[in-house]
Amino acid sequence: MDLNYTKEETAFRGEVREFIRGHLPGDLSRKVLEHKRLGKEDYVRWQKILFEKGWLAAGWPVEYGGTGWSAIQRFIFEDESAAAGAPRLTPFGLHMVGPVIIAFGTDHQKKQYLPRILSSEDWWCQGYSEPGSGSDLASLKTRAERKGDKYIVNGQKTWNTHGQWADMCFCLVRTSSEGKKQDGISFLLIDMHSPGITVRPIITLEGEHEVNEIWFENVEVPVQNLVGDENRGWTCAKFLLSHERTGIAGVGASKRELHYLKHIATQEQEGGKPLMEDPLFRDRVAKVEIDLMALEITCLRVASADRDGKAPGPEASILKIKGTEIQQELTELMMDAVGPYALPHLPMAWGDHWIGAHVGPDYAAPLAARYFNYRKTTIYGGSNEIQRNIIAQMVLGL
Amino acid sequence: MDFSLTEEQTMLKDSVNRFLGKNFSFEQRRKMLADRQPMSTQLWQGLAELGVLGVPFSPEDGGYGGGGVETMLVMEALGCNLTLEPYLATVVLAGGCVARGAADWQKKILLPKIIDGSMILAFAHSEPNARFDLGHVGTRATRDGNNFVLEGEKTLVLHGSVADKFIVSARTAGDPGDARGVTLFIVEADEENLGGQEYPLFEGTRALDLQLAGVKVGPESVVGTLDQAMPLIDTVLDRAMAALCAEAVGIMDALHATTVDYLKTRQQFGQPIGRFQALQHRAVDMLVQLEQARSMALLAASKVDSSDVSERRRVVAAAKEMTGRAGRYVGQQAIQLHGGMGMTDELNVSHYFKRLTAIDVLFGNAASQRTRFATMKESGATAQMKPPRKSWVKI
Ligand SMILES: Cc1cc2nc3c(=O)[nH]c(=O)nc-3n(C[C@H](O)[C@H](O)[C@H](O)COP(=O)(O)OP(=O)(O)OC[C@H]3O[C@@H](n4cnc5c(N)ncnc54)[C@H](O)[C@@H]3O)c2cc1C
Repeated sequence: MDLNYTKEETAFRGEVREFIRGHLPGDLSRKVLEHKRLGKEDYVRWQKILFEKGWLAAGWPVEYGGTGWSAIQRFIFEDESAAAGAPRLTPFGLHMVGPVIIAFGTDHQKKQYLPRILSSEDWWCQGYSEPGSGSDLASLKTRAERKGDKYIVNGQKTWNTHGQWADMCFCLVRTSSEGKKQDGISFLLIDMHSPGITVRPIITLEGEHEVNEIWFENVEVPVQNLVGDENRGWTCAKFLLSHERTGIAGVGASKRELHYLKHIATQEQEGGKPLMEDPLFRDRVAKVEIDLMALEITCLRVASADRDGKAPGPEASILKIKGTEIQQELTELMMDAVGPYALPHLPMAWGDHWIGAHVGPDYAAPLAARYFNYRKTTIYGGSNEIQRNIIAQMVLGL
Repeated sequence: MDFSLTEEQTMLKDSVNRFLGKNFSFEQRRKMLADRQPMSTQLWQGLAELGVLGVPFSPEDGGYGGGGVETMLVMEALGCNLTLEPYLATVVLAGGCVARGAADWQKKILLPKIIDGSMILAFAHSEPNARFDLGHVGTRATRDGNNFVLEGEKTLVLHGSVADKFIVSARTAGDPGDARGVTLFIVEADEENLGGQEYPLFEGTRALDLQLAGVKVGPESVVGTLDQAMPLIDTVLDRAMAALCAEAVGIMDALHATTVDYLKTRQQFGQPIGRFQALQHRAVDMLVQLEQARSMALLAASKVDSSDVSERRRVVAAAKEMTGRAGRYVGQQAIQLHGGMGMTDELNVSHYFKRLTAIDVLFGNAASQRTRFATMKESGATAQMKPPRKSWVKI
């Protein structure tokens, strides 16, 4: 056992850091570090830079344009990217549908879609949830009826993150209502420019447009867009959930946010002293910092098991729960840190071209919005209650 | 980055567990507690024969040459088997002071006897008014010619009543809070003017309050450099805390497994209580805490031997905090999920719970560790990022 990075790992970190320093545009990282609003072009810009370097699809096999990095290397890469303020990689193509296509797709699908994910030509969104089917996803009703060499899709999906930018959507649709509800679901790739698709924004509590509703009205989807077998889509969905376990914890980004939090709490004064010296506030910061230290090691335990080809232990299952709790705690602490200056609502100031006045310190403007927005983390991706159900059943055997 | 145990480490772990499983039981523990027995000489001898008492000592000193990881493996096993042996007091604390601070001739006398189990040492450092300030030493050692006269009080000396000798910290210069001016002395248990009272902690470990009312010791009893013992004490305490974290993880592991078993077997409302979601989620949260604590215990074990002192101290404080906090949660929930049975002395659950509670308190509970952690300087590696500048804009 040696919990120090090896020489090779340290050298790899140096190489990653060097590359990011040389290639991550300053205006882009500033937006990330200062919690500014990111647009599609921001994400795509960074993805194109990484693609050119061959570092975009860290988790894919080399033959499909992946890096061949070990899980530890991927962890280091994420850590460095987050610390430098690189935008997060949009997960829908790279971490979700890409690996599903690689595992279950036809040669045609691989040729058709994987290169376009890598080049950021296609923006993907995830069409799982429906108004009546959230945690109980398998109850979904959006229908796909086979007519010759096409499926005709009718129904409604919801909560689709960045669906407003999407060229493609990977959807779970019902192709049969016989037998167990999981057994009648298929995994379809749907062109978002098809006739019959309507995308409507959902404005979330902080006032932003991040998620959407998607309506499907007699949308024609070629049969060759079915991934895996008909009525076997649940297998793809489950595979997807088990993929990229360590990324879900968001350790790198949380470390960056913790650092920012300390910066704010050092600037903010209370009773003539920096807030960071207030014993109660300092105590809360210390607690989340220690939780994060522990989670980083937990992640590395999972990553090193993966690297050594071992099955993940029970520790793998706690990453989402603990990771999101920490993310939320950090946003809450940051909001608390600016005290009354959390209150002013200046959404213009979250944009990158804002040159107007701030109320209070400039770092204060987006903090309440972030706190509000981050409540999502314990709801999406399988809510934390559902995670606990799964662990209780699958890990503890209850 | 490597979390795997070597073959030797796995063997060590297995052999300690096998030995304790065969030679110690929960019934024996309860009997020892009822008889107010601080330790079992027989079990201690057995551990010595197995080589366990030599684990952290170097081969030159007759030991096994283990580091933080090996100590962790031993402590986990001692913890989940609920032993009462003076491993922490004799091997980790007092033995640690000797191994890292004493002169060769002192080591030659003491270490072989610690390792073969024939000598019990205890570490007399904590003082009545120190609370969790580990640097507070008020006991005085005044020069008397070549000799020293020790005057003061020590408290919570773990396993003090069975000790043949004490390693005592005392002030040879400066005032109680000063970092400089502390010296370690070897004091024989049968020394004149040494008094004390023995009592049990709430989980059964026996401890001693020591009165040093003019105890005279010779210059040969000084361990390490005069006035400069504090860094040594810090090192040893960090190892002790890392060891306690490991013990706590061993306990939490056992406690969580026991609780999950109970959820599967205990029936109410015509079904196993583990069917109830409220309890399932509690069991999962226990797992979350346990795994987080395990991560920190691993980190602490791997950093106690680090030459970067500030990193070592930071990691150990964080690990002690995490295991203290996790220990409380896991212990409390284990009792709750066992219902009335959790409240009994008859079931090991309450024993685990109390030991976890004691581990949290020893050398500073979670809250005090957080304060320690938060007021420590970060070492270079963690403070690399430059935050953006703040700019006020006037309206
Ligand atoms: C910002 C955001 C982005 C999202 N992005 C996407 C996306 O891109 N694509 C997509 O398909 N979906 C997306 N989702 C949807 C997300 O996956 C669902 O919100 C989630 O699955 C929960 O479903 P629900 O909202 O219907 O809540 P419900 O399932 O109705 O749950 C309500 C509450 O009940 C709890 N609950 C439900 N069942 C149980 C149970 N068995 N035991 C205990 N507690 C239970 C839940 O934990 C929750 O607290 C997004 C959601 C949000 C908020």
